Parts: sequence; structure tokens; C-alpha cells
Amino acid sequence: MTTTLTAPAEDERTAAVRASLRQVDRRRSRVDRIMQGLVYVAFALAMVPLVWVSWTVVAKGIDRFDVYFLTHSMRGVFGGMDAGGIYHAIVGTVEITLGATIISVPVGIMTAIYLVEYGTGHLARWVTFFVDVMTGIPSIVAGLFAYSLFVVVFGPDVRMGLMGSVALSVLMIPVVVRSTEEMLKLVPNELREASYALGVPKWLTILKVVLRTSVAGIVTGVMLAVARVIGETAPLLVTVGVIDSINFNLFEGRMMTLPVYVYGQYSKGFATCSESAIDCIRTINFDRAWAAALTLILIVMLLNLVARLISRYFAPKLRG
Amino acid sequence: MTSTAPPTARATPARRRRTPRDRGMNRAFRLVSTGSGALILAVLAAVAIFLVARAWPALTTPGAEIAQDVGWFPADASFLSFVGPLVFGTLLAAVLALVMAVPLSIGIALFISHYAPRRLATALGYAVDLLAAIPSVVYGLWGAMTLVGFVGPIWEWLASFLGWIPLFEGPAATPARVMLTAAVVLAVMILPIITAVCREVFLQTPKLHEEAALALGATRWEMIRTAVLPFARSGIVSGAMLGLGRALGETMAVLMILSPGFLYSFAILQAGQQQTIAANIAAQYADAAPIGVSTLIATGLALFVITMAVNMAARAIVARRKDFSGAN
Amino acid sequence: MAQRIDVKDLDIYYGDFHAVADVSMTIDPRSVTAFIGPSGCGKSTFLRTLNRMHEVIPGARVEGTVAMEGVDLYGDDIDPVAVRRQVGMVFQRPNPFPTMSIQENVLAGVKLVNKRISKADAADLVEQSLVGANLWNEVKDRLDKPGAGLSGGQQQRLCIARAIAVKPDVLLMDEPCSALDPISTLAIEDLIAELKQSYTIVIVTHNMQQAARVSDRTAFFNIAGTGKPGRLIEMGDTGTMFSSPTEKATEDYISGRFG
Repeated sequence: MTTTLTAPAEDERTAAVRASLRQVDRRRSRVDRIMQGLVYVAFALAMVPLVWVSWTVVAKGIDRFDVYFLTHSMRGVFGGMDAGGIYHAIVGTVEITLGATIISVPVGIMTAIYLVEYGTGHLARWVTFFVDVMTGIPSIVAGLFAYSLFVVVFGPDVRMGLMGSVALSVLMIPVVVRSTEEMLKLVPNELREASYALGVPKWLTILKVVLRTSVAGIVTGVMLAVARVIGETAPLLVTVGVIDSINFNLFEGRMMTLPVYVYGQYSKGFATCSESAIDCIRTINFDRAWAAALTLILIVMLLNLVARLISRYFAPKLRG
Repeated sequence: MTSTAPPTARATPARRRRTPRDRGMNRAFRLVSTGSGALILAVLAAVAIFLVARAWPALTTPGAEIAQDVGWFPADASFLSFVGPLVFGTLLAAVLALVMAVPLSIGIALFISHYAPRRLATALGYAVDLLAAIPSVVYGLWGAMTLVGFVGPIWEWLASFLGWIPLFEGPAATPARVMLTAAVVLAVMILPIITAVCREVFLQTPKLHEEAALALGATRWEMIRTAVLPFARSGIVSGAMLGLGRALGETMAVLMILSPGFLYSFAILQAGQQQTIAANIAAQYADAAPIGVSTLIATGLALFVITMAVNMAARAIVARRKDFSGAN
Repeated sequence: MAQRIDVKDLDIYYGDFHAVADVSMTIDPRSVTAFIGPSGCGKSTFLRTLNRMHEVIPGARVEGTVAMEGVDLYGDDIDPVAVRRQVGMVFQRPNPFPTMSIQENVLAGVKLVNKRISKADAADLVEQSLVGANLWNEVKDRLDKPGAGLSGGQQQRLCIARAIAVKPDVLLMDEPCSALDPISTLAIEDLIAELKQSYTIVIVTHNMQQAARVSDRTAFFNIAGTGKPGRLIEMGDTGTMFSSPTEKATEDYISGRFG
């Protein structure tokens, strides 16, 4: 085809058309290519920290990440001792996060139900607005709030895990409300009306029809909310504090948590080892920080993964 | 939705009015869920009230008295002159992070919405979301232990070649525990939220307008410039504001990376120049006298007010955008 | 300058789906060619291959040639962006850019190539294009108002003005009146009759009367069943096609016996 067209027999008109169709404005196509390049570079740049952080944490944390590390606390560990673990921090993180979840989930879900099923008028508009505002509360301010609250109630020297739970739930409630609200809105009105038509009262309709239809999405939302707050450090730093031994009691005394543990080990810096010490590792604090960071990332990623799987496999097919 | 009357209430209008809208469990359920909504308002009010109550002593005590009890409080300062540099540092860190993150986020969002193959795009979107899942303390650890060493030479190069710009005035600190490093980490942390918002609005661009641009002989970039970006402008702004709000309140990354100072200084390559409110609270909190804690809470209140203002501005922009697109 | 288009053995695919099969036709310059046929018969798809707009959809590809004055639009050395510049398009629903004024809308295509067009030249071009689209008298006092504020029919004429402002050789119209009221439709049809003095016009329409009114030649597309590719059944002078078509299917369609 091309050969016959480029033959000299081609008349003037054809040549003009060919020129107009081939005419590539150099500047424009260059700008187009440059912008495409920039867009690709932007994406690649975004992947750099993701890969870099994950890789660094795994590479530096894997050495110390073992059963001993997971099952021992820091009690009696000092200096550059080749010992110590995060058992107490795991206990604290699990209990405090669980506490936060127990506070946030009922409040969050009921608020979402209020907004979707009952909410009209001023109160609903204010609630929507302030849930948005709450989303923007800096985490350390949530910590200060929990501290102030407990100090007023229990006096200035109060320290307990529950303070952390309260601080985290301030951060968690708006996330739960938002995601639950989205899920409830997806439930088609026909389902509710069908239920009313059968004579089912409204509260049972909400419980048995609306919530049951959207339970997978709500669980996903809750898990993502947990994943978000489980890595919070600052609010726990100012409320729950730091401790080296295990404390199972959420209602009394300081507790250690994983993120605070990472920060605590990091801020201890290099250990001082005397010349004669054989069992002394100078970088032990950093090693523990990395291993704890690895644990934390694994927990968060696992929560994210499970949440996505739940929403993929258990979500009811509302359409089609 | 308004037909909440149970079927048994099929009676005269008069009787229906007399029976309450609902009884028994129905009533209890409605009250509990309404109560939850009201609780949210109460919690937020409580946050404000308790913070003000705890901050009050610091706001009313003369600076000289605070300085007697609190080592880190400058002797000749008032509360305002103490919090000033912190507000400045907080804004500087957040704005720097924003300047780096916004163009990058727009690029990433465009890649996912308009450049990447459709099948790949969803997976890549998840990858960007994962960035948001990494806890801030891990970013802090990575920033302080790894990134600081890596950017050191780059910052030195910046200081020696662009040092005539006040922002990059040298000598660059070694290790690079400086504002620019902290801002880079903050930028990474706010990328996902800005990207998510931009991606949504880019995908909402009407196909109609994209095709109109292409049919006029626009290249892909020209199509994006004529059809996508003007349409998405307010969405980009509100995404940026949300990112700004997040950057303002971020504690750990700054706390672990930045070597603090209390100056009104634009020297982002030098150590000991600036500090943010959040990082300062976390740093001084553990061993502060009661009046010191009160001072820190007062700074926290300032942070709360700033982030609230930024977030409300973002919501207002989003709301206006809704009006705008509704009118069309 | 109006140009002739020759299509030869054209097949269109979306991924594995064979959308249109084996189309050959000649489109004359300075005339209006109408494509008619039932929904899904591939006439819009085919129209889009005339300026390579189908390439916007991932996985779409063609086999065969579409030649403008003997130059294959799908040749290796041809730039699709340049093709779309020479072959303009007007869409089913009016789509002026919502963030631009009327004047900016008209100049949108020109500004891509020539950023530094002088104010006077720009004003001339705007007037010329809007006059060409029979819209000048209605909007000349509010050129800086948003294009989205116009009525549907005015918006569509604005889109036509925008398309002719870049001085294409061919103008493709994909059901340009289907979203408009009868009066606006009439205005567009009058406009088409004027535009054919200087352009090659191809119009897809569902409205048989419209095809009969505006076109010189008519092509009838049909589809044998769902999943089967659309085909060109027959093409001829509009008068002949509507009075005595050769194919039974054409006659059935035109007399309203199906579709």
C-alpha cells in the first residue's frame, strides 16, 4: 500500500493531504511525551518509598524477629544485653486497641444508623459536619484530650491503658461512622420496604435486613479503622506511657504498646558496651526497634489484607 | 422512609397521632441511635472544653512564672511569643510537604486514571493506598535511620549550588536532621490521601469533554489540560487541604527526624532551627511540671484550631463544588 | 478544503469482538453522506474510525484502509492527532467545555496549535466560525459568558463552530440532533445544508426523515443478530435509496417494518 502511494505518480493534491496528516508539530508531541514521562516518573517515585520502607524494615528487622522476641518482655533487660522482646507491647497494643474497638464500634455503627435511617433536620446535619471535623483531629490532640479527661476524673497522676483506648476511639469513631454510613446507603430501599410490608417493625428491619445485608462491608470498614489506629504512637505516648514489664490490666498502670516501643527503643540510641563485655550489642536498641516495626507492619498489612478479602468474598451481590 | 408506622397502627388519623411514632423496642432503638449521634457532638464539645480547661492556667499565668517551673520555657517569653515559632515551624513543615506532595499526587492520580492500562490501574491504586497503611512511627524510624543518611549529600549539594536562595542557605547539617528531610517524609505520608481525592475527580471527568478535546486534535496531555484539569480543579484543592490538615498534625516523623529549634527561620537545611507543635508536645511531655503540661496542652489547642480551620475550608470547597456541578 | 474518503475492506474489532465487517465505500467531497440503520449495527463505530476516535477505547483496532485523497489514515507515518485535526467531529450530546466562555470554546482547538494568535485574528476567527455555525447573531453580545449557559441547540451549534474553527476537511456528525428539540434540529439541518458547500459531511442518524432531508447519499448498515458484526448492506443516492432500494432489508427498514 505505502509503496504505491509514495510512488512519483502521486499527484499534488495527495501530496498536500499527506503532508497535512503527517504534519507532526514537534513542539506539541514533545510536550506530550515529556508530560507522559513526568506522569510515569511521579508514579515510580511514589513506589520508591513503599518499596524502600518495606525492604528496609524487613531487612533490618528479620534478624531479631523470632519466637523469643515475640514471647519475652523487657523486664530486667538493660544496656547492650542480647535479650528482651515485645511480648508486653503486644499485650498492650492488643488490649488497648480492643478497648478502643469496643468503644468505637457500637457508637460508630449506631451513629451511622441514626444518620442513614433516622437522621433528618438539624441534629443530623450537625452530626455529619462534626464527624467530618473529627476526622481531622490531629492524633496528638486526641491524646491530650484523653489525658485531660482522665486527670479531671481520677487526679493528676492517673495512668492506665483505658486512657489510650479513649484517645484511639476519638480517632476511630469518625472512620467507623463514615464507612458504615457508606455501606448502609448501598442497601436498596426496596429491601426495607419489602420488610415493612411484611409487618416487621423498623428496629427489626434495621437489625435483620439492613445490617445483615451490609455486615461484610461494615466489618471491612471496622478492620481498616483498626489498622489505622493500631499504628498510632503520639496519643499513646502522652497517655499510656512506657513500661518494661507486662501489664494485663487495662484499668491500672502504664502499658507498653508496639508503636511506642519502636519509638522508645529508637530514642534510647546506641548502648554503651564496656571493652570486656562479651554479651553486649551496641546496636541492640535499634535492632529491637526494627524488629518491632516489622511486627507492626505485618499486623497492619494482615488487617488490610483480611479486610479486603472479607469485602471481596462476603459482600452480598446487591445488583445483578 | 417516612412511613415508619407499624402496620398495626392502621387506624384513624386521630389515633395515629395519639400513638407515639413508635413504641417498645422501636422507640429504644431509635433513642439509642440518636443518642450515639448526639454523643459524637458531646465528645467533640468535651475535647474542646477539656483542652481549654487544662490549657487555662498556662494562658493566664505570666510567662516569667511558667519559666521558673519549666526549663524549656524561655525566661522572657509570654505564651504567645512561645507558641509563635512553633506555629511557624508547623506551617513551614506542612507547606513544604504540600509543595512536594501535590504535583506528585496529581501525577500519580493521572497515571492511574488516564495513563495506566485499565487492568493494572486498580492494583496500582491499592499499592498507593498501602503507603497510607504504614504506621507513622515506622516512617519516622525509616526517615531517621535510613533517609537521613541518604539525603545528606544531596542536601549538601543543594546548599552549595542553591545556597543563595535563603531557603537552601548552608551549611547543610550532618546528619541531615533538618526540616527538609522531615518534610520529605511528611510528603510521602500525605501522598495517598491527596492521590485518592484527585483520582476520584479525574475519573469523574465526563467522557464527553475528553472526547471533545481529542476530536479537536488534542494530544493526550492537551486533552488533560483542556478537559480534565479544569474540571478537577476544586477537587485538587480540597484534596490538598485534607493533606495539609494531616501534615499539620503529624507527630512522630518530625519528632524522630528533626533536630529542634525555636526560631522563625526559613533555613530548611540547617539543624536546630524549627520545631512543630505536635512534635514539641511529644518531646517535652514526659517530664513536664504541671504548668508545663498545661502550656503544652495550650499549644495543642492552637494546633486543634489550625487544623479545624484547614479542614473546614476543605469541606467548604468540596461543598461548593457540589453546588457547581449540580447547577450544570 | 473538502476531501474525498475511500474506505476499503474495513473490519473493526473490540478485543476479540468483531464489531463491523468488510465495509467498502466512497464518500464524496462537498456532499452529505448519511449512515442509517438499527441500533448496534456499527454505524457510529464505523464513523469513529474515519478520524481514529475509536482508538480512545482500549482494545479497539481496525483492518483495511481508510484513505483520504489516496492517503491511508492508518499508515505508519500518519499521526492520529493530525488526522483528527483534518477530520472534525460533532457528538450526540452537545459538549462545550463547561469551564470556558463561548469565545474560548470556539478557540479551544486553535489554541492548541497556535498559542500566540493575535487578539484581532482570534476575534475574526470567532466571528467567522460562529457565523458559519449560524450562531453569531444570538451570542455576539455575550461571547465571554460560559458556553454551558446556552440552550441545547445553541450548544450544539457552538460545538459545530468549535469544530469548523480549526478548518477541517471533513466533518463527522454522530447523531447531532438526537438530544435536541424539533426547532433546534431544524436549525442544525439548515446549517448542514450550508456547510456542505465547503466540507465533506458524514452524518449518523436514527431519523430517516432527517437522512432524506439533508443527505445526498445514504448508506444502510445492518446486523444479522447479537454478537454478529455489523455490515454495510447498501449505499446509493438518497433519492434512490428511499424510493427503490435494491436490498429487501433496506426496504423493510425504511418502510418501518423493523428496527
